[in-house]
Amino acid sequence: MLLVPAALAVAFLVLPLVALIVRAPWTTLPGALLSAEVGQALRLSLVCATSATVLSMVLGIPLAWVLARAQFPGRRFLRALVTVPLVLPPVVGGVALLLLLGRRGLVGQYLDAWFGVTLPFTTPAVILAETFVAMPFLVIAVEGALRGADRRYEDAAATLGASQSLIFRRVTLPLIAPGVSAGAVLCFARALGEFGATISFAGSFPGVTRTMPIEVYLALETDPPAAIVLSLVLLAVSVVVLVSLRDRWLTGSAA
Amino acid sequence: MTGVPGLAADVRVGREDFSLDVDLAIEPGGVLALLGPNGAGKSTALQALAGLVPLDGGSIALAGRCLDDPRAGVFVPTAERGIGMVFQSYLLFPHLSAVDNVAFGLRAARVPRRQARDQALGWLERMGLAGLADVKPGAMSGGQAQRVALARALAPGPRLLLLDEPLAALDASTKMEVRSELRRHLADFGGCTLLVTHDPLDAMVLADALVVIEDGRVVQRGRTAEVARAPRTDYVARLVGLNLYRGQATGGRIAVDGGGALVTTDPCGGDVFAVFPPSAVVLHRHRPDGSARNCWPGRVAGLEQHADTVRVQIESAPAVLADVTAAAVADLDLTVGASVWAAVKATEIRCYPTVDPGGRRSVPPAGTL
Repeated sequence: MLLVPAALAVAFLVLPLVALIVRAPWTTLPGALLSAEVGQALRLSLVCATSATVLSMVLGIPLAWVLARAQFPGRRFLRALVTVPLVLPPVVGGVALLLLLGRRGLVGQYLDAWFGVTLPFTTPAVILAETFVAMPFLVIAVEGALRGADRRYEDAAATLGASQSLIFRRVTLPLIAPGVSAGAVLCFARALGEFGATISFAGSFPGVTRTMPIEVYLALETDPPAAIVLSLVLLAVSVVVLVSLRDRWLTGSAA
Repeated sequence: MTGVPGLAADVRVGREDFSLDVDLAIEPGGVLALLGPNGAGKSTALQALAGLVPLDGGSIALAGRCLDDPRAGVFVPTAERGIGMVFQSYLLFPHLSAVDNVAFGLRAARVPRRQARDQALGWLERMGLAGLADVKPGAMSGGQAQRVALARALAPGPRLLLLDEPLAALDASTKMEVRSELRRHLADFGGCTLLVTHDPLDAMVLADALVVIEDGRVVQRGRTAEVARAPRTDYVARLVGLNLYRGQATGGRIAVDGGGALVTTDPCGGDVFAVFPPSAVVLHRHRPDGSARNCWPGRVAGLEQHADTVRVQIESAPAVLADVTAAAVADLDLTVGASVWAAVKATEIRCYPTVDPGGRRSVPPAGTL
């Protein structure tokens, strides 16, 4: 009884990808990949997703530490707050970022008036939009790793005279490295595919804010074969991510 | 408490269902063993000394410096206590090589990288592990890991070394070798050493003095040999392998609490403990005619093979443990349920008052062995 809907589910998940591969213009693929627009979008996407991942790590790992280790009132509430971007429609996130950091935004107006900095519709805006959406993935993964880590190693380091920051850098971080890298890969994948928040906060300027997903969307109107090629590239990246995570996700033993 | 060169601690920690109150003093260069059954509070005491658990009362002073005193509002964090600790499972950092593990404390004390490495290599050499410098803990044997853990704890030059069941994770043959080595390293160490163990042999070989705790309280303390000779609780008696009884002595005759009587040549009177080793017991199938002045019937309740003797557990008044040879077991046809006579010479039975000379009244044993 259950096998029929299960088979339907598999077909539903797999067939679109099959269609993508079947309909790919394989003969013109190399040329399309090397075209200026594709190259530009791909480069921009990689730069932004990488920057967003680095930013997420710099801010997210300490946040994960606070969530996992610190005892303070409202910790659960903070944790819920951090995970909001996971469920929030990304386009709403983009609008929210615009209202905060836009030229007339809560903070943006001062950035503009005091420093002459305007964020929206710039490459940094892409990075911020991607970070907003992707960082929770990293925070959740690292928090889990911290909770699972054996804290007695930290005690041992303390008996050897190590300060809190030294313990964190030389003991805790190396111990949770697998969890951090899993979180970073997830974060990168999410940032690379980001569309809604990016287009509403950063717009779509070729070479500046037009990342791969946006390029795919636009090309679908004007140059469908190019859209397919770009989609294939993103699919390839997803497969690489999946393969790199297979040990910890597909076997069901998250860090 | 301050002004003492070694360790002076009155460790009081309260939990919902458990309270610990143990006072400890160790001279520089001294090795004190904290002995007790599981759940007696040994680990909690160790963690309190390390600053991993705060005191609820009492105080800890090391080399004249107060480390923890809740009444005075003093609490020195673990990292600033100048201690070294060997954990039961060693807790070597799995991502660091042996030499980096040993150098960790030196690096934390801001010793320059190269110098720290050289010193760490020196420690490994002293432990006989020179070839293991670049090996990660995952690839070490238990004995090797134990030595690296000791080197790591000693390298920064602590004033107090805490050993938490340092040999418990080793197999029997490695244990013997590592134990005698540990003894040598402890002899070279100028600071105070506190050894927590539930293995009496570790305590006898490694420590100068013993503190025995049960249920969070000190039940006996003294020089290792004294404690071994004159146990004051069932737990200690079992540890050192003696038959222990409590009773009322009048003119060399002891009426044992719980039934039976013993005759001793030791002069004693009043509330006393009486002890004798299981090897002093001679077993007979029938009532013997010999010169032993203590002789009573019983029934074999259990037989247990030890190294080269068989320990026979006998239900009688008083109950007794006897060590006999395997040949004797065969000769006497000793099986569980067999009736036997136990005989002990009066000269073998030692007797001492239950109130120890320090004025501390011992916890009465729960019953005879």
